[in-house]
Amino acid sequence: MTERDRPLGIVGLLEDPEALVRAARKVRDAGWRRWDCHTPHPVHGLETAMGIKGSVIPYIAIVAALFGAAFGKAMQWWMSAWDFPLIIGGTPLFAIPAFAPVAFETFVLFAALATFAALLVLCRLLRWHSPLHDARVMHRVTSDRYAIFLDASDKRFSEPEGRRLLAECGCSEIYVAHCADERETAPRGD
Amino acid sequence: MSDTPGRLRPFPLVEGDAAFARLDADISRPLESFPTARWWIAFILSGLLALYLLFCLAVTVLYGIGTWGVNIPVGWGFAITNFVFWIGIGHAGTLISAILYLLRQRWRTGVSRFAEAMTIFAVICAGIFPLIHTGRPWLAWYWLFPLPNQNHVWINFRSPLCWDIFAVSTYFTVSLLFWYTGLLPDLATVRDRARHPLRKAIYGLLSLGWTGSARAWAHYESAYLLFAGLATPLVLSVHSIVSFDFSVSVLPGWHSTIFPPYFVAGAIFSGLAMVAMCLIVMRRMFRLQRLITTNHVEVLGKLIVVTALMVSYAYAIEAFIAWYSGSAVERFVMMNRAFGPYAWAFWIMIACNVAFPQLFWIRRVRRNLWCVFPIVVFVNVGMWLERFVIVVTSLHRDFIPSMWRMYAPTWVDYGLLLGSFGLFFTLLLLFCRFLPAITISELKNALVQSRDAGGWRHD
Repeated sequence: MTERDRPLGIVGLLEDPEALVRAARKVRDAGWRRWDCHTPHPVHGLETAMGIKGSVIPYIAIVAALFGAAFGKAMQWWMSAWDFPLIIGGTPLFAIPAFAPVAFETFVLFAALATFAALLVLCRLLRWHSPLHDARVMHRVTSDRYAIFLDASDKRFSEPEGRRLLAECGCSEIYVAHCADERETAPRGD
Repeated sequence: MSDTPGRLRPFPLVEGDAAFARLDADISRPLESFPTARWWIAFILSGLLALYLLFCLAVTVLYGIGTWGVNIPVGWGFAITNFVFWIGIGHAGTLISAILYLLRQRWRTGVSRFAEAMTIFAVICAGIFPLIHTGRPWLAWYWLFPLPNQNHVWINFRSPLCWDIFAVSTYFTVSLLFWYTGLLPDLATVRDRARHPLRKAIYGLLSLGWTGSARAWAHYESAYLLFAGLATPLVLSVHSIVSFDFSVSVLPGWHSTIFPPYFVAGAIFSGLAMVAMCLIVMRRMFRLQRLITTNHVEVLGKLIVVTALMVSYAYAIEAFIAWYSGSAVERFVMMNRAFGPYAWAFWIMIACNVAFPQLFWIRRVRRNLWCVFPIVVFVNVGMWLERFVIVVTSLHRDFIPSMWRMYAPTWVDYGLLLGSFGLFFTLLLLFCRFLPAITISELKNALVQSRDAGGWRHD
């Protein structure tokens, strides 16, 4: 068995989201650790069924937002009242109400940038490549199928065991994904 | 779906076959097939207009803003009118993508992506005008942004014009991120449908390796909600700050506390009219009638009536306060607007913004696209004239009658205005050609939810 033939995991396809939620609960209760669901749209209730914790992005965003607001105020204070003090319109050098709009904008800007950056990191985007892209799993799940993917790196992984579990979940199609499914049919230089 | 009599029932999001694979095929069709003759005609026409914009920009840069009609006292002519107009157009996109998302309005799925794209292109058009209005845009970086420079002087943070720079650039950045985040799963769908390796590579690059993993969706939904939550106060702040450019000054006709809500309502009003106008053309051009249905246009029509009433109320209050204030100058400005040399602009504005939209009270008008289209075009004309009236009539007769002067735009002014429409439509046509114009994943989600309302999703 060469490296290319090493199984990546087992994929089971389902046709509706309700069945996926039931199936996910089953896989979770069976004690699997390294597995995932792939769906064409966010499926409500799937997170609880899979035992995924809530996203940390809101916490990242609030920290960035507060930092942004503080940065906005501090920048305006430093520029208008410290580095080059200039009296304009008789207002105080550090004119707190007049500095509110810019601080609000930096509040929103920092929060949005942090949210986007956190999204890229947490969803493991910008890697561009996942072995699943090659393994033909993707073709259906960005369209009209809901997939359960049991990763071969899970310690309870074995092919018959995985197949049995997915069949129990009611998967209509079950197949083993290999690292190089795509490459064999359409060779690419890499 | 519950059929409560006497309450508004949600309309079907898709007419006809709602199988997911069919939706993918329909939405991706403009991306996967050679553009139609209609598309080419529209693209060439708007492309030529966009080139004319470039030409007029070149004239402005080479010869200076002396080529424009601006003078003293009318220092803010077409440029600021266009700026406020285009920024306003963008606001409907954010209303639909953020505010209606927070309000869980499922019908928005059909039009949200398109409206968001419109926001971004409108802000691009808007951004041109203050930049060239500075006269020397190549120096404007450190006039507008707090950048270190040899004079060691910083920009004036007490000025609404400075707030505007921050507001508009933040608005553009946040709208772009929001739009792109929404695009990610759909770009993955297009990537996985692609057969040609180059197409697969390009959409693969753009989709950043999205796999639709449930863990990713959890973060994605949280981020999307945050973006909506951030964009909502942001959009209100942007046009409020634009209105501060006027209301913080001491000029009668500008110096008014009603300006922020009045500007925000007007912005959304004009933006919705532009969304409706572009959608009516686009759904035909790309044969998306069963996804962007007459129902969608009808809802936009209802929103247009609501915002038209808000704008009408603001007009009435402005006139009332001008009288009630007892200030002779305020009364003069109001009378000058309505009966002075620019009375034509004022009354066309009233006709387009107050009178015509009332036709949308009639259901048959709202549902007949041949009626909707001219009305929304009139609204756009009226809303552009509104900004023209605010800018020009307040300035052209200021405190000393010896200073009074009329404002007459030149061919460069008209060229920049027309050209900005060319740029806007060119970008919009390219968008519809290369990116999915309807949110595929969100539409699927909305379909599943409306199919199973009250069912499995209450886990």
